[in-house]
Amino acid sequence: MTKTESKHHKFLRILDSVKFHALVMAIGFIMVYPLIWLFASSLKSNDTMFLNTYSLIPIKFDAAVNYLGAWKGVAGVSLLTFLGNSAFVTIVGTIGCVFTSILAAYAFTRVHFRFSRFWFSCVLVTMMIPTQVMVVPQYIILKKMNLIDTRIALILPWFFGGGFFIFLLVQSLKAIPRELDEAAQIDGCGHFRILFNILVPILKPSIVTASIFSFYWIWQDFFQPLIFMSTTSKFTLPLALNMYLDPNSYNNYGSLFAMSVISLLPILIFFIFFQKYLVDGIAMDGIKG
Amino acid sequence: MTKIKAYKKRDNIAGYLLLLPWLFGFFLMWLIPMLISIYYSMTDFNLLNTPSFIGFQNYVRVFTQDKTFWQALKVTFSYVLVLVPLRLAFALWVAMILNQKRRFLGLYRTLYYVPSIVGGSIAVSIVWKQIFGNEGVAMTLLGLFGIEQKISFLGNPKTALGVIVLMGVWQFGSSMLIFLSALKQIPVSLYESARVDGASKSKIFWKITLPMLTPTIFFNLIMQIVNGFRVFTESYVITNGGPMDSTLSYVLYLYQRAFKYFDMGYSCALAWILVLIIAAFTAILFKTQDSWVHYEN
Repeated sequence: MTKTESKHHKFLRILDSVKFHALVMAIGFIMVYPLIWLFASSLKSNDTMFLNTYSLIPIKFDAAVNYLGAWKGVAGVSLLTFLGNSAFVTIVGTIGCVFTSILAAYAFTRVHFRFSRFWFSCVLVTMMIPTQVMVVPQYIILKKMNLIDTRIALILPWFFGGGFFIFLLVQSLKAIPRELDEAAQIDGCGHFRILFNILVPILKPSIVTASIFSFYWIWQDFFQPLIFMSTTSKFTLPLALNMYLDPNSYNNYGSLFAMSVISLLPILIFFIFFQKYLVDGIAMDGIKG
Repeated sequence: MTKIKAYKKRDNIAGYLLLLPWLFGFFLMWLIPMLISIYYSMTDFNLLNTPSFIGFQNYVRVFTQDKTFWQALKVTFSYVLVLVPLRLAFALWVAMILNQKRRFLGLYRTLYYVPSIVGGSIAVSIVWKQIFGNEGVAMTLLGLFGIEQKISFLGNPKTALGVIVLMGVWQFGSSMLIFLSALKQIPVSLYESARVDGASKSKIFWKITLPMLTPTIFFNLIMQIVNGFRVFTESYVITNGGPMDSTLSYVLYLYQRAFKYFDMGYSCALAWILVLIIAAFTAILFKTQDSWVHYEN
């Protein structure tokens, strides 16, 4: 009697497990389908692309043609140039953004200075106001400084830190007991040594999280480059993709998709390597929309 | 006493030195632009002329003569008010499914999170455009099931915005992760005592899970609403505002005013109106939080 019951239970448990995994995998498939579709389409030949558009298996492979086409770039500018511009802007922007944010977060949590509360509320305000709203006056200022259509214009909005990053680091710094740096202070350590020798190593996970988000946002940024840039050879990848979209000049979908894949690759590679930091970072701070 | 004063002074200097890079950026990219845009919003500046002061005329024009403004406002409100609840509900639902002890949970969590990571990129908008556009995946698949359509989802003013909302819902991953970690923090003892009392599953959800999550929901709601109002890339790339302005987001309209018509003064006014709308939304949400957000001490 008890034996059949336990068998019955086991059956139910397995059924339950199958139901769970079926549901969860179905959702997972829908989640990644558009991305796999993009990759599959980047392998399809242009003449068969729309014959089985929903299918993930190409009728005729033309990957080499598509990717070589993408490599040639747009308007006589090679993809390498766009990649280089994107990489330069993203790396310099991220370094500046994270470094500035670390300094500011340390000041807000460990140093008593006048009006610190006021400045911190300014940080929060910058989190609430969409950057898109500021872009017209920013354009006007950059134009006055003769910085429009330069890579500096793309770096500037990021280089001096951002509300999200400061907030994230402030939260993590608050979680580190102050006894640690007080002891160091008694030993005669100055602010810089406390910050960089003691706190930064502990903060490493949050710093990695901040760096990756900053990398992602700058890499994918489209709005500001669209407005600030006009010379094709200075374009970042999103702008190059945007040019490719123009139906009048290009009809090469295979290469458009190949270029899209290339633009997503750094993001996905970083994601695979750092997903733990991202998942934990999100769970801890719960900010990113 | 003097020593304390000296320390305080030193801390003031150190604090401002540390804050200096951020302060520089804040002044250059936020404060000064904000101030000059208040001024420009009251001028007829068009990038070439010397701006002349016209008072609140731009604002009056926005509200009384600009039909496109109202259309963009309608589109953006519909987008935000449909997307944010849908996305949060979906995120919560999936988080509750994943909040159990099973195998491969880490893998699923990662898969669901990927769309949030790449969602802002123009490449994904291109994909969306192809999937729901003419001869796209959606049309062909429906055709296989015998549902023939004359115009694609993106070509139809009634459904185009829905496609863009769908793209937002697809990026539910980060909200899901936040809910997942909040769910894990609800004390198990609460559930146990409820079960001992014989509470039903739905009752447990409405009386325990949901109230315990309200601080998370509140925080998410604010951030997502702010985020929703800035929608641009999707409507620029996928539909460029069309068909018939049915996906013309507020920021896209602002962009067109500024960089297609070079109506700089006018678009500064539009920007400030958006800031005020977001501020109003946030303020209202904060006002209501006492009545539904449950904070534990």
